[in-house]
Amino acid sequence: MSLLEIKNLKKSFGDNNVLRDISLNVDEGQVVAVIGPSGSGKSTLLRCATTLEIPDSGDIKYIDEYLCRTVDGVMQYAKKDKLKKICSYFGLVFQNFNLFPHYTVMKNIIDAPVKVMKQDKKQAEKTAMDLLTKMGIADKADAYPCNLSGGQQQRVSIARALALNPRILFFDEPTSALDPELTGEILKVIRQLAAENMTMVIVTHEMTFARDVADHIIFMDGGVIVEEGSPEEVIGNPKSERTKAFLSRFEG
Amino acid sequence: MLPMPIIAAISPKVVFTQLLGGFELTIRLFFLTLLFALPLGMLVAFCRMSKFTPLRWITKLYISIMRGTPLMLQLMVVFYGPSYLFKGADIERFPAAVIAFSINYAAYFAEIYRGGIESIPKGQYEAAKVLGYNKIQTFMRIILPQVLRNVLPAITNEVITLVKDTSLASVIAYTEMFSVAKRLSAKYLSLLPYAGSGLFYYVANYIVSIVMEFFEKKLNYYEK
Repeated sequence: MSLLEIKNLKKSFGDNNVLRDISLNVDEGQVVAVIGPSGSGKSTLLRCATTLEIPDSGDIKYIDEYLCRTVDGVMQYAKKDKLKKICSYFGLVFQNFNLFPHYTVMKNIIDAPVKVMKQDKKQAEKTAMDLLTKMGIADKADAYPCNLSGGQQQRVSIARALALNPRILFFDEPTSALDPELTGEILKVIRQLAAENMTMVIVTHEMTFARDVADHIIFMDGGVIVEEGSPEEVIGNPKSERTKAFLSRFEG
Repeated sequence: MLPMPIIAAISPKVVFTQLLGGFELTIRLFFLTLLFALPLGMLVAFCRMSKFTPLRWITKLYISIMRGTPLMLQLMVVFYGPSYLFKGADIERFPAAVIAFSINYAAYFAEIYRGGIESIPKGQYEAAKVLGYNKIQTFMRIILPQVLRNVLPAITNEVITLVKDTSLASVIAYTEMFSVAKRLSAKYLSLLPYAGSGLFYYVANYIVSIVMEFFEKKLNYYEK
């Protein structure tokens, strides 16, 4: 079943056409890695899919509901109630975590479920504790984000996104703010989620990781998808010269 | 030769009692100003950051006038202005003082709040949005607590200044403590009432700084 379908997505900032014409499809249980040089539009693509940027034109569909679509050249977003429902389908993990510094780890995770989704507090706390245990930081529930390492903070932010029980989880360069040692912690968590069939779209610069964990790789450059396919195809045997040039720098 | 005026001997006890009476009015002006100016400042800050350009410009003008002219003059405008413009539109001294102080301090608070709000990283809003918080929840639950913590030292400065600024209300003959000190000083030809009022202001501000320090500690439960 298709969870996310993007069609003819275009976005420009002034004269800069960041996304030229992007179409892609993510099936349930699929792990998609988006790779490409800086400024290729990977992050903008993720931000459009999560309502943080408004695309100029194109359609974004979750399951069978349109988040936004272009009708007769006009961009239309879903109506308020529907929009709320569609937005609950996805979660986003940021490059620099964006935890709430004035809340404890526990409150960071349960505040949205309790205050926004009106879940029972006890139940939310139990879910949060389970998630923290899974992330290996159950002992940090009462700590404040400032007292955690970068890797621990990122694991909290993953738990925070998972607490809302999304159908699809986006990662925007989840390890770019971390040193190599801490990067490993996060990749391990993502691998674990992949093993549980969590649907994920990961923007990353970790080529080895992308090859290991993803079942589908998208290589973007200059606002277009240059090449996509299985890791063996795209990373193992790239067809486009542009992809080859990009990958050769990693093998260096 | 003019006869020497008969000057009554000054009694510290009388001075203290009279100053205390004036101090009560000082405190009343102080608290009412805070009560109105602190929330009003937030409203002004929002107008100052509004996407609606005319509103932003009007607010900018308002802040620049409040900060660019003496508070003493503003007190006189609020008190004498209405009856000068419209016959019979008199305003009592106390409400005039409260209004003048509130709109003046709101301008300063607004700029402090604005600085605090603009210092919150964009990522906080984005995280809240993706987690489903609406605009009001985002502001009340995520942004405001961080802003308050960040602006508290600057607010403390203003509150301390306000304690001393209340003395300016003497210009419209509102009989707060400084007016009382002036009157006593003239009556007894003594500087003692002034010294006494200075002591009152100092003690009041000492208490203010203890209270604000308490709030700062309370909000400082997390590090930046």
